[in-house]
Amino acid sequence: MSSPILKLVAQRVALGILLLLAVSVLIFAGTQILPGDVAQAILGQSATPESLANLREQLGLNQPAYLRYFHWLGGVLTGDLGTAMSSGQDIATSIKGRLWNTLFLAFWAAIVAVPLAIILGLIAVRYRNGWVDKLISGLALASTSFPEFFIGYVLVYFFAVKWQIFPGISTVYDGMPFGERMQAIALPAAALTLVVLAHMMRMTRAAILNVMQSAYVETAELKGLSAFNVIRKHAFPNAIAPIINVVMLNLAYLIVGVVVVEVIFVYPGMGQYLVDHVTKRDVPVVQAVGLIFAAVYISLNIIADIAAIVANPRLRHPK
Amino acid sequence: MSNELEFLSRRVASGKLSRRDFLGRAAALGISAPFANSMLSSAARAAGPVKGGTLKAGLVGGESTNSLDPALFMTQVPFAFGKMWGELIVELSPEGKLENRIAEEIGSSDDAKVWTLKIRDGVEFHNGKTVTAEDVAATLERHSDEKSKSGALGYMKGIETIKASGKEVVLTLKEANADLPYLLSDYHLIVQPNGGKDKADAGISAGPYKVTTNEPGVRHGGERFANYWQGDKMGHADQIELIVINDATARTAALQGGQVNMINRVEPKIVDLIKRLPGVTIRNHAGPGHYVFIMHCNTAPFDNADLRMALKLAIDREEMLDKILRGYGSLGNDFPINASYPLFTEIEQRKYDPDKAKFHFKKSGHDGAVLLRTSDVAFPGAVDASQLFQQSAAKAGIQIELKREPGDGYWNEVWNKQPFCASYWGGRSTQDQMYSTAYLSTADWNDTRFKRPDFDKMVLAARAELDETKRKQMYHDMAVLVRDDGGLILPMFNQFIDATGAKVGGWVDDPHQELMNGYALAKCWLEA
Repeated sequence: MSSPILKLVAQRVALGILLLLAVSVLIFAGTQILPGDVAQAILGQSATPESLANLREQLGLNQPAYLRYFHWLGGVLTGDLGTAMSSGQDIATSIKGRLWNTLFLAFWAAIVAVPLAIILGLIAVRYRNGWVDKLISGLALASTSFPEFFIGYVLVYFFAVKWQIFPGISTVYDGMPFGERMQAIALPAAALTLVVLAHMMRMTRAAILNVMQSAYVETAELKGLSAFNVIRKHAFPNAIAPIINVVMLNLAYLIVGVVVVEVIFVYPGMGQYLVDHVTKRDVPVVQAVGLIFAAVYISLNIIADIAAIVANPRLRHPK
Repeated sequence: MSNELEFLSRRVASGKLSRRDFLGRAAALGISAPFANSMLSSAARAAGPVKGGTLKAGLVGGESTNSLDPALFMTQVPFAFGKMWGELIVELSPEGKLENRIAEEIGSSDDAKVWTLKIRDGVEFHNGKTVTAEDVAATLERHSDEKSKSGALGYMKGIETIKASGKEVVLTLKEANADLPYLLSDYHLIVQPNGGKDKADAGISAGPYKVTTNEPGVRHGGERFANYWQGDKMGHADQIELIVINDATARTAALQGGQVNMINRVEPKIVDLIKRLPGVTIRNHAGPGHYVFIMHCNTAPFDNADLRMALKLAIDREEMLDKILRGYGSLGNDFPINASYPLFTEIEQRKYDPDKAKFHFKKSGHDGAVLLRTSDVAFPGAVDASQLFQQSAAKAGIQIELKREPGDGYWNEVWNKQPFCASYWGGRSTQDQMYSTAYLSTADWNDTRFKRPDFDKMVLAARAELDETKRKQMYHDMAVLVRDDGGLILPMFNQFIDATGAKVGGWVDDPHQELMNGYALAKCWLEA
């Protein structure tokens, strides 16, 4: 490792932080544009002018927007996400459990999906344009093309209702035994796997096929290596950068894009938490969740970038 | 009913015959499945409740923003969970009678202005303390505080002083109100130690279950409270659990898969499909909830009585009941009261009459289209219902222009703001409550801007009237006024549609709210 790499990495990280700051401004501005305000949302149908005024005063909604932004940013930087306006609970504590649930689900979906996608991609390349390739691609594309809720409902129908192998609702809670927890997340994890599978698998296939056209692969074939060894030793290492990129994109999706799956399977994760608070106009929570999602997305992208840099010999050894 | 069937149903209740066998034999005797099912449940009731097990409900209407503070209850899950751990001063029985709970006796002065609640002896809180008159008074005080944000504040403001002395709480009202006991049955008014003034969301009261799990928006759980004061009537299961399942399909699947024993809010369009599932019973019953189109009586063009009447005559109520509610409801008659209210009287049903509508429309002198705002959130099927309205009105030569509003913000930007829109009401427990909430000139929620001083006087007079016959006549006159002159178009009353899985015994329909007025988990049991 030499200093140009360190410099590149440092640049990426700095860029990421800058981006995050910009996102925080956007999130804050966005939540201000939403119609209605928190006081109205909390009181709902029962809002009378005097109770509205009381609540607005109490929640500090009368301050100018920029002041509230800096106040909020200062809090976030010191780890204080504030308290939820609607329930008065500490946001950081309630998010911790939810975030852990989401990460838990994403982790197990990824453990299944990533190796499966890459192996399927490799197999598809090995038998490219044959029926195996077409079958794998066809099935993967089909499962991705169906909307998530459809896949979810089909899984529930067969596995939860007809055969009753797995539970159809995935309520997990603290202190739930590991085995039960795994059983509870089986169906949502399967749904997520099916959703992200094709993207990664197709990308693996395309990246490796691209490399397969190069002269050194031909040389490897000519010196008598088996088809799988050619892919494993020569093609795959050179195709790894785009694959890592797409894997990271999908991991990010597993964390920030699971709202629909969480709702269908009644999984207590971040997505459901966000939706509940958006409808209540609970701005501090929406901001906190938005920021966490943005941070996850940006940091996974940074990791993808760094991995691509490290994996690329031309970037590792610049002229 | 044949003797043989009765004998068989008793055998099922005592566990000597399986339910499936019973239904088979009933079918062989030519008895339809729903009737046989209802026979079974009455036999099971006669056999008495079974103690033990865990009852679970999968419910829509829970958010991660929910709190255990009863003042802040709004949606179904906190409401139903509150009935599990909370105890009220007084409650409405399924027959609509008053059922004393923490109050042993409720009496009033002759002018219905001073009310005395005698507190029952030996009712115990979950924390081991005994419920005192001071606790009850403090509870009422907290809910009548302007700052409490309580959902019951609207009624509680009418109480001038609250005093506890010995075993009694004495309430003095600003104005006479014969319905006070009904108001005290509001689900927000859970009696808490010191009224919840120390810690409003502690989840401690004197209900049949103690709170063991409270994960808002995910699940709530309770275990039987050993010292519950009427343990023979409620709290049969050892444990109860409320699981929040906001997605309708997931809720049905959970019931079907046996993960929950009961669910709420089955959509009318899938009721017929669910009915056929083995073991599942649909529990539908009438309630006071209704779907409405509301016009502001003080805003042009709806300030014209003829135009209002034209629109009331231009809606096909029967078609709407049939297509939107699939028959799971009853016809509305343009006043917000139906048979689920005490003191209800029938008034001639208003029918779809394009010719008369045309006549009134012409007389109103209105020219051009009428703008109706609608949204999916107004009530289930509101957009479709608005389109039906549009078509039936077109036949009477009235052009309705539909504007579909986003669901987000509908209750802030459209309802109670725009002159003509679709909406719903959950209903109240008495006519006085309903009229005071939405038809009094001064009411915040007067969403039809119905402002008639003569009507206001009638509301106040009926409220103070203790003679039932006179009161009934007064409510009849008020209903006629709203029906003929108001801005309310009420095509239908919706039903509560719940469903239970196999082995759930003890179900009794309750017209006040879904899930047996929230008590299903405490009053039902798991059959052996």
